[in-house]
Amino acid sequence: METQLPERNVLYGWVYDAVKDRLGDDWAWLAYALGAITVIMVAVNAFLLLGTLFTWIERKLVGRFQARVGPNRAGPFGLLQPIADAVKLLFKEDIIPRRADRLVFNVAPIVMLAPSLMALAVIPFGDRTFVADLNVAVLYVVAMSGLASLAVLMAGYSSANKLALFGSMRAVAMLVSYEIPLVMSILGVTILAGSMSMVAIVEAQTIPYILVSPIGVLVFLVAISAELNRPPFDVTEAESELVAGYLTEYSGMKFGVFYLAEFANVLLAGAIFTVLFLDGWEWAILPSHVWFLLKVMTFAFMASWVRATVPRLRLDQILEFAWKFLFPLSLLNVILLAAEVIIWPEPSAGDLLLMAAINWIGAIAAIPVMARIVSLSSKPVGLIAPEVR
Amino acid sequence: MTATITGQRLGAEVSSHFPEAVVDVSDGAVWLQPASIAGVCAYLRDDESHQFALLSSVTAVDYVDHFEVVYRLTSIVNNTSTVLKVRLPGREDPALPSVAGVWLGANLQEREIYDLMGVRFEGHPNLKRILTWEGFEGHPLRRDYLEPPLPYTWPHGG
Amino acid sequence: MTLHTEPVTVNIGPHHPSTHGVFRMRVTFDGENILDVEPVIGYLHRGTEKLAEERQYTQVITLTDRLDYVASMTNNQAYVLSCERLLGIDPPVRGMYLRVIAAELQRIVSHLVATGFFMQDLGAFATPLMYAMRERERILDLFEMLCGARITVSYMRIGGVFQDTPEEFWPALGRLLEELPGYVDELEGLISANEIVLTRTKGVSIIPAELAINASLTGPMLRASGVAWDLRKAAPYDVYDRLSFEMPLGEHGDNYDRYLVRIREIRESIKLVQQCVEQIEPGAVRATTAMLFRPPPGEAYVPIEAPKGELGFYLVSDGSIAPYRMHIRAPSFVNLSVLREMMVGWKLADAIVSLGSIDFNMGEVDR
Repeated sequence: METQLPERNVLYGWVYDAVKDRLGDDWAWLAYALGAITVIMVAVNAFLLLGTLFTWIERKLVGRFQARVGPNRAGPFGLLQPIADAVKLLFKEDIIPRRADRLVFNVAPIVMLAPSLMALAVIPFGDRTFVADLNVAVLYVVAMSGLASLAVLMAGYSSANKLALFGSMRAVAMLVSYEIPLVMSILGVTILAGSMSMVAIVEAQTIPYILVSPIGVLVFLVAISAELNRPPFDVTEAESELVAGYLTEYSGMKFGVFYLAEFANVLLAGAIFTVLFLDGWEWAILPSHVWFLLKVMTFAFMASWVRATVPRLRLDQILEFAWKFLFPLSLLNVILLAAEVIIWPEPSAGDLLLMAAINWIGAIAAIPVMARIVSLSSKPVGLIAPEVR
Repeated sequence: MTATITGQRLGAEVSSHFPEAVVDVSDGAVWLQPASIAGVCAYLRDDESHQFALLSSVTAVDYVDHFEVVYRLTSIVNNTSTVLKVRLPGREDPALPSVAGVWLGANLQEREIYDLMGVRFEGHPNLKRILTWEGFEGHPLRRDYLEPPLPYTWPHGG
Repeated sequence: MTLHTEPVTVNIGPHHPSTHGVFRMRVTFDGENILDVEPVIGYLHRGTEKLAEERQYTQVITLTDRLDYVASMTNNQAYVLSCERLLGIDPPVRGMYLRVIAAELQRIVSHLVATGFFMQDLGAFATPLMYAMRERERILDLFEMLCGARITVSYMRIGGVFQDTPEEFWPALGRLLEELPGYVDELEGLISANEIVLTRTKGVSIIPAELAINASLTGPMLRASGVAWDLRKAAPYDVYDRLSFEMPLGEHGDNYDRYLVRIREIRESIKLVQQCVEQIEPGAVRATTAMLFRPPPGEAYVPIEAPKGELGFYLVSDGSIAPYRMHIRAPSFVNLSVLREMMVGWKLADAIVSLGSIDFNMGEVDR
């Protein structure tokens, strides 16, 4: 039956009304279905295509950072490179290890990509452009991002490869540790906006929350890099260490799906960052979709920039960083924001500016102090059984 | 400039502490008894006037009727260097004590000599072949080594 | 409930993306902590020492190129110096200056490669590596001007060098010497103060000075542990006694110090090349010698300071046209003696980085 949504997606409304006008009220369910399918096709295709485009962008950017050109053979400026990669992966033999758990092995890539697509449903891409406007959208997105660690575990466990299991265990340890700072920083935004709905958060940002909640932004950026397995947290894909981690046994398009999911996740993270902190689609002059895209691409550019620049941390240092530094900092952030919202409920722009001032002072005070208390160690665990021959 | 301690001078000093150890001396080197090599090396490493703490290299040469193991010692503190040699007559199972306990750097080099020349070092913690594979037969760097006729197969393991 | 765990032994290599050549380690570890390390080498053994017994003294020079294939000039230099000692030949002064220029440029190349791949092992996704390779390309172009080859150069001969320099060499060298310090500063600025590099390499895999000397370490590994020993100063060969330079020393002997010593040595090498360019005079580059060398019976060993440590060729001659025995004292091979002491107690991720900091080259290790 027809569901009443608080606000309707423009495209959906257009298709729905067109079908209903042609066929009459008895076919309302068809109007609904066609409208939904149209919206989903547009969203999913745009997302996946943008994901592949992002692989090209990243390779070109990283090439330029490294004083070289990047792909430039496949098509003009190398633009067909992702297509070439996809075609190559489709032609590769799909090898499944003999002792692997076939069902889990085959399903793991799907479990990796599906939550990203599902999280796409609640993100507003522009003015009244979204698939659904849940009023618990933030909770939904966080839940979806948690499923990614499940996919990693499934991939490593079903591979029947000691090293893949090893790699996936390390990955899951890292992913789980960084969930908590991530959620806490998002919680800060929710407290400020007073709602978990993405659309409501964007509309509440009279001042973008990147200015109002600096600790939240920093914690979010670091935690989301860890969730995305991007440098400096890319121990799971550390080629110079245990070969390829949880992806070792995957070949062909299954590997392609993992690869695409990884890059598409960066864009998804950029979208979430834009909605939560950069005031979504709002600004002047340009249409809202363009702004949204620009903001997401800024995030993507910064992600590539960081990838080309920093070496990687060791796993125990990464975990130490999450639990001893990010977690207390994000707690501090939540307490500070909660106190401010109690003092100024329904903050206007002026109140937000005042909060921003307090938060910035808090950030500048807290971060160096925390950093001094927790300095990452590189000491050995101690010479363990040096007599072992 | 690194001063080379002549064989004659070193031989005189060594024989004052280790009678019977020195077999022969020349300008460039001191020849020692095989059994005494470890003791002499430890003495040369620790003694105040010598302090040959750096073992530059250990190598072996196959003169057809005997093997010769050559030790080059360097003293960083005094900036001097010297050469010790050990002559092992015959070709059947040449053996002498290992100096891997005196200098850790001798460990891999002695394994190489065992592998390529067939000289055994007694007391070496891990005397296995290092450059050729486990199961390789023969000692390739000897003057009389002939490669076995093809095909020969790789052994299992290693 | 006690958890039953057992240590697991894993092969790293011989075929792995951490590009140090075909080197295999059997690592036993408990979780992430390394309990034992056993290096397995020999995958690149080509029998160079045996081959040399069947080649004339000049023909062996091409064999020596391929030992440490990242730094061929210094391999040539070590061999040629030993031959000249054996034969009693004195090369002309200009030849010696050209040898020093080539050797110091080669040292810059080798240290750039070492630093680049060290950062690659740390996970910096090839960016410092690409910057280092960019500078290396310019020096390899200079080598091509000198002798026609970039990697396996065979530039030096017994009695001097192969040929005099072409005209375009000196301006190109001048340009390089002007611009290289800036690039080295840029590279060092990216790395030395980087928080993550410091966290991952400071205090890791410490080699104290006594252990370093006892393990026969030489070259930057020894100097990083604080031991001031450089054969260019202690036993000068060619024209190093007329040149002045400093010896960068490390304090602790950890991975960071080894990297730092190498970067600073690049600067010292630039200074050395500049001094040579100022001091060099026109003249012959090669002594007139016989075509076929028949040295008197005897032996010779002249060690040099190669980029990776003390490199020397022990030549035994029996009066014939080929060496009776050639033994190569390869620095990388001897530097590997300290592998177990360096790695036990650290974590797996550190093992790869420590390997990179040793800067060994399989061509030399296996010969």
